[in-house]
Amino acid sequence: MSQATRSVLLHSFVIALLVVMFFVLPEYHSGNLARILVLAVFAMGYNVLFGYTGLLSLGHALFFASGMYGLGLSIQFMQASPMLAMIIGLITAVVVSCVIGFLALRTTGVAFMIVTLMFAQAGFLTVLFFGKYTRGDEGFVIQRAQRSMFGFDLSQPFPRYFAALVLFSICLFLIAWLVHSRFGKTLVAIRENEQRARMLGYDVQRHKLVAVIISGTMSGAAGAAYALLFGYAGASFAAVQYSILPLLYVLLGGAGTTIGPLIGTVFMFYLIDISSEYTEAYMLIAGLVLILLTLFAPHGIAGLVRKKLVWLP
Amino acid sequence: MDFGPYLFVASLEGAITAAVLALTAVGLSIVFGIMRVVNVAHGEFFMLGAVIAWWITSLIAGHPALGFTVALVAAPIIVGVIAVVCNRLVLHKIDYEPERTIVATIGLLYVIQQTTLMTFGPEARPVEAPFNQRIALPWFEFGESGFALTWPWGLSTTTYKLAVIVAAIVILLILWLVMTRTKIGLIMRATQLDQEMAQAHGIAVGRVYALVFGLGAALAALGAVLVVPIQQAHYLMGGDPLLLSFIVVIIGGLGSVLGTVVAAILIGMSDGIISVFFTPTLAKILATLLVAFVLIFKPDGLFGKRRE
Repeated sequence: MSQATRSVLLHSFVIALLVVMFFVLPEYHSGNLARILVLAVFAMGYNVLFGYTGLLSLGHALFFASGMYGLGLSIQFMQASPMLAMIIGLITAVVVSCVIGFLALRTTGVAFMIVTLMFAQAGFLTVLFFGKYTRGDEGFVIQRAQRSMFGFDLSQPFPRYFAALVLFSICLFLIAWLVHSRFGKTLVAIRENEQRARMLGYDVQRHKLVAVIISGTMSGAAGAAYALLFGYAGASFAAVQYSILPLLYVLLGGAGTTIGPLIGTVFMFYLIDISSEYTEAYMLIAGLVLILLTLFAPHGIAGLVRKKLVWLP
Repeated sequence: MDFGPYLFVASLEGAITAAVLALTAVGLSIVFGIMRVVNVAHGEFFMLGAVIAWWITSLIAGHPALGFTVALVAAPIIVGVIAVVCNRLVLHKIDYEPERTIVATIGLLYVIQQTTLMTFGPEARPVEAPFNQRIALPWFEFGESGFALTWPWGLSTTTYKLAVIVAAIVILLILWLVMTRTKIGLIMRATQLDQEMAQAHGIAVGRVYALVFGLGAALAALGAVLVVPIQQAHYLMGGDPLLLSFIVVIIGGLGSVLGTVVAAILIGMSDGIISVFFTPTLAKILATLLVAFVLIFKPDGLFGKRRE
C-alpha cells in the first residue's frame, strides 16, 4: 500500500469513527465532542505553523478571535446571513494573518514568540477598547434565528455536530494533502534546517508567510465556527489563554502529525472538564501538563505512537 | 493653577510605578542577560512576593511596621528559594533551551497562579503601610506678581510613597555595587560574557544560574512587597508587572541592566502620565504595539548595543 492510500484510509477511518460516536455517545458527551472538533480545527491550524514549519507562535488567539468577531459582528450589526458572515470571518482572518505574518516573520525564535504574544495582547485589548460594539468580557449572544444554514438549525445537537464534523473533515484532508505536497515537504525542510533550505534555493520567507496565512485562516475558521455553532462571542476567546491552549493541544497530541491535534484536544478538553468539577483552579492542570510535556514527552502522544508503530502521517 | 500641578502629581505617581517596575524588570533582565532565557513566570514571583507579605503581616501582631519589616526581608528570600527549586526541577532538566523554557515557564505561571487561587483565594487583601503620613505638596508659580508659592493647595502624597521611591533607588545601587565590586558579581558577569569559558575557568555555571534565577525572582518579590501597601495583594496581580517588565526589558535592550533602569523610568513615568490623561486600555494597546515594533525593527532595544 502506498503512503497516500494509507493516509486516506487512516483519515477516513477517523472520520467514520467520529460519525459513529455521535450515535453511540450520550448527549452530554456528543455536545462536548462538537466543541472538541471545532477546537481541534484550531489546533490543526496551529500545527501547520508549529508542527510542520517549526515556528512557535504565542498569539493564535488573535486569529481565532478575528474569525469569531468577523462572523459575530457582521451578524450582529449587518444582519448578514451565516454563509456571508462565515466568509467575512474568513476574510478577516486572512487579512489579519497576512499583516501579522508580514511583520512578525522579520524576527525568529524567542523574538517571534514575544512579537506574536504582543500582537495578540494588543488584539485582546482592542476588543475591550471597543466594548461598545463587542461588549468586552461579557460578550454577546448570536440569536438562534440567525444561526440556520441551508435550512439546518445549527443550535440543535444533530446539525451542530455534523456541521463541526464537516469543517473538521475538510481541514483534516486539506492538511493530509498539504503535508504530502511539495509545499508541505518544503515547510518540513525549513523546520529541520532553515539555512540548508535557503541554500537549496527555496524562498524560505515566502513559504513561512504562506504557512502563517494557512495557519491563521484555519484558526480563524475555527473561531468563526465556534461563534456560529455555540452562539456566543466574547473577549475571553482573544485572551492569552486561547493562545496557550492550541499549543497545549498540539504538544500533547504530537506536533507535526495529522491526527495529533485531535488526540491532544480530546485529552486536554476532558482533563480540564473533569478537573473543573473539583476546583475552580482548573488551569493548574494545564500548567502541570505543559511542564511535564516539555520535561518528559516533547513529541506528544502521536509522537510516541509513531516511535513504536513506525508509521503515521 | 491648571494643567501644571496635575502633571506634577501624575509624574509623582509615575515615579512610584517606575521605582517598582525598575526592580521587577531588572530581575527579569539579569535572568535574560546571564541565563539567556525568557522567564514568563516572572510576574507570578512578583505576585507571590505580595501574597507572602500579606501572609507574614497577618501572622505578626503589634505595630504594622514590625510585620512589614519582617515581610520585607523574608518574602523575597522565600520567593527566591521557590524560584531556585523551580529552576532545579524544571529549567535545569531541559538544559535552558530557549523555546522549551518559554513553554515550561508558561506552565509554571499557571501552576503558581492557580495554586495561589486555591490557597489564598480570589479576594484582594490589603497590607497596612508601616508609616503613612499625608504631606501636602507645594507648588511654585511665576504669576503677574512675580514668584509665588502655594501651599497647601489641595493635592498631597504620603510619606510611604516617597519612601518606596527612595528604597528602590537604594536597592538598585546595592545591586549595582554587588555586580561591579564583588567577586560574586564578577562571576556573574563572566558567565554572562561567555558561559563555556567561565566553566573552563572553574566557575560552577549551574550554581550561578540557580543563584541568578533566585535573585531575579527575589527582586520581583521585593518590588511587590514595597508596592503592596499601596496596591493590595491579589492572585492575578502578576499580569501587569510581567507585561510592563517585558516592555521595559525589550526597549532597554535585552540583558542590559542600565538600559532596563532607564527604560523603566521612561515607561513608568509615561504610564503614570498617560493613564491620567487617556484611558488605561489605550495606553496598554500602544505599549504592547511599541514592544512588537521595537522587536521587529530594532531588536537590540532603543538603548542596546548591537551584539556580534
